[in-house]
This record gives sequence, C-alpha cells and structure tokens, in this order.
Amino acid sequence: MSETATVATAPPVAVRPPRQSTAAWPLADRVGYWLCWTTGIALCLIAVAIVVFMLVKGVAYLRPALFVEHPAASLQQSQSGGFLDPIEGTLIITAIGTLIAAPAGVALAVWISEYGRPTALARAVESAIDVIAGVPSVVLAIFGLLVFSEGFLGFLSQNAANGAVYGRSFFAAGIVMALLALPLIVGSTREALAQVPDRVREASYALGKSRASTIRWVLLPSIRPDIASGIALGMGRIIGDTAIITILLGVTLTTQGVGSTPLLGTLRGTGSTLTSYVYNNSPAGEGNAPQKAYAAAFVLLMLVLALNALVTRLTAGRRSDRASIGGRLRAIGGSLPWTR
Amino acid sequence: MPPPIRRIAIDREPTVAPERPIANGLAQAPVTEAVARRRSERPDPATVRERMRVDAVWLAYGENWVVRDVTLPVRQGEVLAMIGASGSGKTTLLRSLNRLTEVTAGGSRAGRITLDGEEIHELEVNDLRRRVSMVFQQPNPFPMSIYDNVAYALAEQRPPRGRRRRRTPQLEAAAEDALRRAGLWDEVAGDLDRSALRLSGGQQQRLCIARALAVKPEVLLMDEPTSALDPLSTLKIEELMEHLAVDFTVVIVTHNLQQAARVSEYTAFMLGDERQVGGLVEFGPTDKIFTHPVDPRTEDYISGRMG
Repeated sequence: MSETATVATAPPVAVRPPRQSTAAWPLADRVGYWLCWTTGIALCLIAVAIVVFMLVKGVAYLRPALFVEHPAASLQQSQSGGFLDPIEGTLIITAIGTLIAAPAGVALAVWISEYGRPTALARAVESAIDVIAGVPSVVLAIFGLLVFSEGFLGFLSQNAANGAVYGRSFFAAGIVMALLALPLIVGSTREALAQVPDRVREASYALGKSRASTIRWVLLPSIRPDIASGIALGMGRIIGDTAIITILLGVTLTTQGVGSTPLLGTLRGTGSTLTSYVYNNSPAGEGNAPQKAYAAAFVLLMLVLALNALVTRLTAGRRSDRASIGGRLRAIGGSLPWTR
Repeated sequence: MPPPIRRIAIDREPTVAPERPIANGLAQAPVTEAVARRRSERPDPATVRERMRVDAVWLAYGENWVVRDVTLPVRQGEVLAMIGASGSGKTTLLRSLNRLTEVTAGGSRAGRITLDGEEIHELEVNDLRRRVSMVFQQPNPFPMSIYDNVAYALAEQRPPRGRRRRRTPQLEAAAEDALRRAGLWDEVAGDLDRSALRLSGGQQQRLCIARALAVKPEVLLMDEPTSALDPLSTLKIEELMEHLAVDFTVVIVTHNLQQAARVSEYTAFMLGDERQVGGLVEFGPTDKIFTHPVDPRTEDYISGRMG
C-alpha cells in the first residue's frame, strides 16, 4: 500500500502541436517540398525493386552446385557449369587491388596531411589523385593495356613465342583496379587525419616522440576505423567494375594459368570475375545463359551490399567513439531509473 | 633560422614604485605547509642551480612578434608561475622552452634559451622534449587505453619488438609509478585497459600529467593545467604540483592568481595585448610580487584594476 502511495502520478501526456499543413505555404515551396518527397520515395522504390527483382530472379536459379562447378562452354544452360572461376577471379582481383591500394593510399594520405612539403608538390599530388578519381575506368583499362603490353612488363602476363606481350592478366587488372580504389582510401584517410585535433599531435611531440612515431603509434591507430571503411569502399569499387576486367583480364571462361608455377602462373594468366560473367551470360553477351547471369548477379549484389553494411558498421562505431564525453554522460544519465 | 631582431619601442620604462603593501592583494592567500616551508627555506638564488635560462628572447609567429626581450631564470626545485592577461605571450614563451613553437608554422625565435647551459637549439629536439615535458590546457589523452597512454610515453622511440607494446614487468611498474605520482592510480588501477577518453576531465588531465612524468623529465611545463577543470580536480592537481616541485622544476602558466600565489615560489608577470608585444614586467619571489610589487602595472594587475 505504502509503495503505491509513493509512486507519483504520471504527468499528462504533452499535447503535440498539430501537424503543420503545407496549405499555407507559397506555391513554389509546396512544389519543392513535394518534389523532394517524391524523389525520396521513388529512390526507395527503385532500391527495393532492384533487391527484390534480383532476389526473385537470382534465388530461383541459385543452386549450391553453381558455387563449385567450373564454367563450361555450352549452349544449354544446364550444361554450362557454375561460376566457381568467376568467384575465384573476383577474390583474386580484389585481393591484388586492395593489397596495393591500401598501403599506398594510407601512405599518400599521411604524406599529404602530415608532411605535405613542399606545398606545391602536395597540391600537385592532390590534383593527380583527383584526376585518377575522375578518369572513367574504361580509360584506365585502355591505358593499362598499353602499359602492360610493353616488353619490360612481360613477366606480368602471357608472352607469345615471337616475344609479343599479351598484356592481360590478373596482375594487370589487379594493378589497374588499385588505381580505382586508391582515391577512396586516400580520401577517407585524409579526412580522418584532418579530424584528429592538433593537441593530440602536440601531446605526443611534447613527450619527445618523433613525427614518425606519432603517426605510427597515435594517429594511425586512432583512425583505424576510417581507414578500414575507405578500404571497404575501395573493395566495393573493385568488385563492381566491369570495364577493366573486360579489357585487362582477358575474360576467358575459366581461370587459365601460364606456365607451371602454381600461384604466379595463375596471376600471370587470364580468367573472369562475377561482373564479366554476368555480362557474358546476359542476353547481351556471348554465353546467353540468363539464368546463370541472374544467379551470379545476385551473388555479386549480396557481396557488395555486405561490404556496404560493413562500412556503415565501421563508420557508426567511429562516430560513437568520438562523441563528446558530455553527450555520452547525458545519454547515460537520461536512461538511469531515477532520472526517468 | 630566427628572423632579425626588430627593436620595438617599449611604451614605458619600468618604474620603481615605493614599497608598500597592497591593501586588497593576495598576501593572505592560503599557502600549504609544504609551500610555506619551501618559501621560508628558500636558498640564496645565487647558490641554486639554474636549470633553464631565457636570455633576451624574442618570439614571433610569421611577421607578428608575440614576445619581446624576456630574460628569466628557471631554477632547480622550484615552481615558477607566469601570470598575465591573455595575449601577453606567456603560453608562447612556455612553449618555446621545449621548442613546441616550432610545430606551429612560422614560429621563430631570437635570443638564447639554455638548458643546463646548453642552447636548446643545439640539442636533439626529441631529447629536449623528454627532458622538458609539457602538460597542456586541454586534457589531451591519446585515443587508446589508460595503460597504453602511459606506456607509449615510456617506450623508447621504437617499441622493442612486435606490433603491440609488450606488458613487460618493468613497463608495468614504471606505468604504475607514473600513475601513482599523478595521483590517479587508485582510481584506475582496476581497469587500465579502459579507453582514456572515458575518464572524467580531471582524471584525463592527471593521466596527461602521469604521461608527462613517465618520461622522467627534468623540467615540467604546465600550460594553464587546471583552467578546463572543476574546483575539486583543480585542488587535486595543485596538491600534486607541491609534491612534484620536490623532484622537478615546474613552470606553470596560469590565469588564476590565487593559484600562482598558492603553488609557486617565483612569479613572472607578463604584459601585452594586440597593440603591444608581450614582455616581462616583473619577476621575483611570489610573496614579494603579490605583496610588494615594484612595478605599478603589476600592482594594477594583481589588485584587479587591469586585465
């Protein structure tokens, strides 16, 4: 009894202000408002449509066997095999591209934001990164073909008996893919470094730490989530690109190694990825096996969506970690029983 | 390379005022036993070792002069307080003592600053900063665990091996020692792996002090170390300073006159603003500065008529 007496009566539910009607707005504002609203909804519908369509089409044709069978040349869809090799190809290309782009991108970003001397050189490097970011991937691919067909780069791809260099290989495609991912990694790393307050750097210098030691032990660890999200974004770009694969990977049906060295041979050889597989098997391509194309496209979509989800997770983690201490305390305080 | 010295007319020569006590000064500022004892037992300045010496130093950022012609001794085992209004160049002068002014683009210096008789520009900069360590106005712990904050300071330039700083017994003992000296050990001992950013402001500042002490400096520079803290944390840090002054030479910049009167043996009063480059007006024993200042400008500042 006494307990119920101490419970205070709940305050009356606050009356919400009535929803504002747009009727009173000027016509231009109303049109603008509805335009924004419609665009947003339309985009949602499109996104949902893509996922649902790919889900329906893809799952319908998805068989476990597709993941373990090599593709085979056949006009019958039932005999054209699975996409083991394209999945393998996607993984190899992504690995090569990321392994090159991640260290190079982080190094570039650190140099530009932490050293950046002489200033003119730093500006030039920044512009160069912008240029690379702006070049269409098909142009990068053509350029890559030119470069990798040079004799001195013959060790990266197949060589004909007469000394001609084929110029198309996992190496060639992976290296050019690194250029695609590089600007994204540089961008996110630079942005994160710019957000680290100078007092953190000064604190480290004041302890007698060198600039290099500060970068290695203070700055890089503290921006690890941002670097990771930049890398994940770059990987998404690599996985999704078709032009570079079509031009620089040779697009053979199966992974075709060169020579007998196991790993090196594969990397010097040609193959395909999920993107080129989808392209070739779509009604537009040579394979004409739309069912396989749908299934592969579905796998590709899931792969990229998973990466995006990962990026969101990483970035969200970073935000909460950097939130102000006051905000965090208020959040905790607000949820305590006696403050309710 | 420091820019050529450009003499700037000093608007007013220091004048010698008659010695008389300030009515509403801080003569009665409560001083703890330790400080009172150190003051009463103050040895003759001539016999005390001069740790650092600032000799006719001018400092500039780019084209703007910030500090003009300051000469100041920093003696062993003492707390030197630098007081003065904002813009008087105290912080810049403090930062120049371990060459942190060089981090800011355009920072330059004329005149000599010596540590144990050696010009600090001739010392290796990271060695200098380990010998002359610094605590900042804003608590600035690194975004890592409490233990790692101290261990990072302790570690040599390159950790011995491996990616992680190893938790060797020596490192752990040294980290504990530093945290104890900073009076933080009892509060964090149970959870050294917690992120340092989750500590309260006062705890963060004491962690920063622990970090600065971990490098075993000879001189500890403190730039308004309590101005971002609440009174209770301030008290803790002031208590800390009393203990520190036994082993270290402490130079503290503060806006809080009471604090200067409480913790320091010597006080330097600096004056300057946007129109006038900051300079040293008066330097002397704290009790004398706060009761019988020689310069009327010091008296104005201390009695609250200015700044």
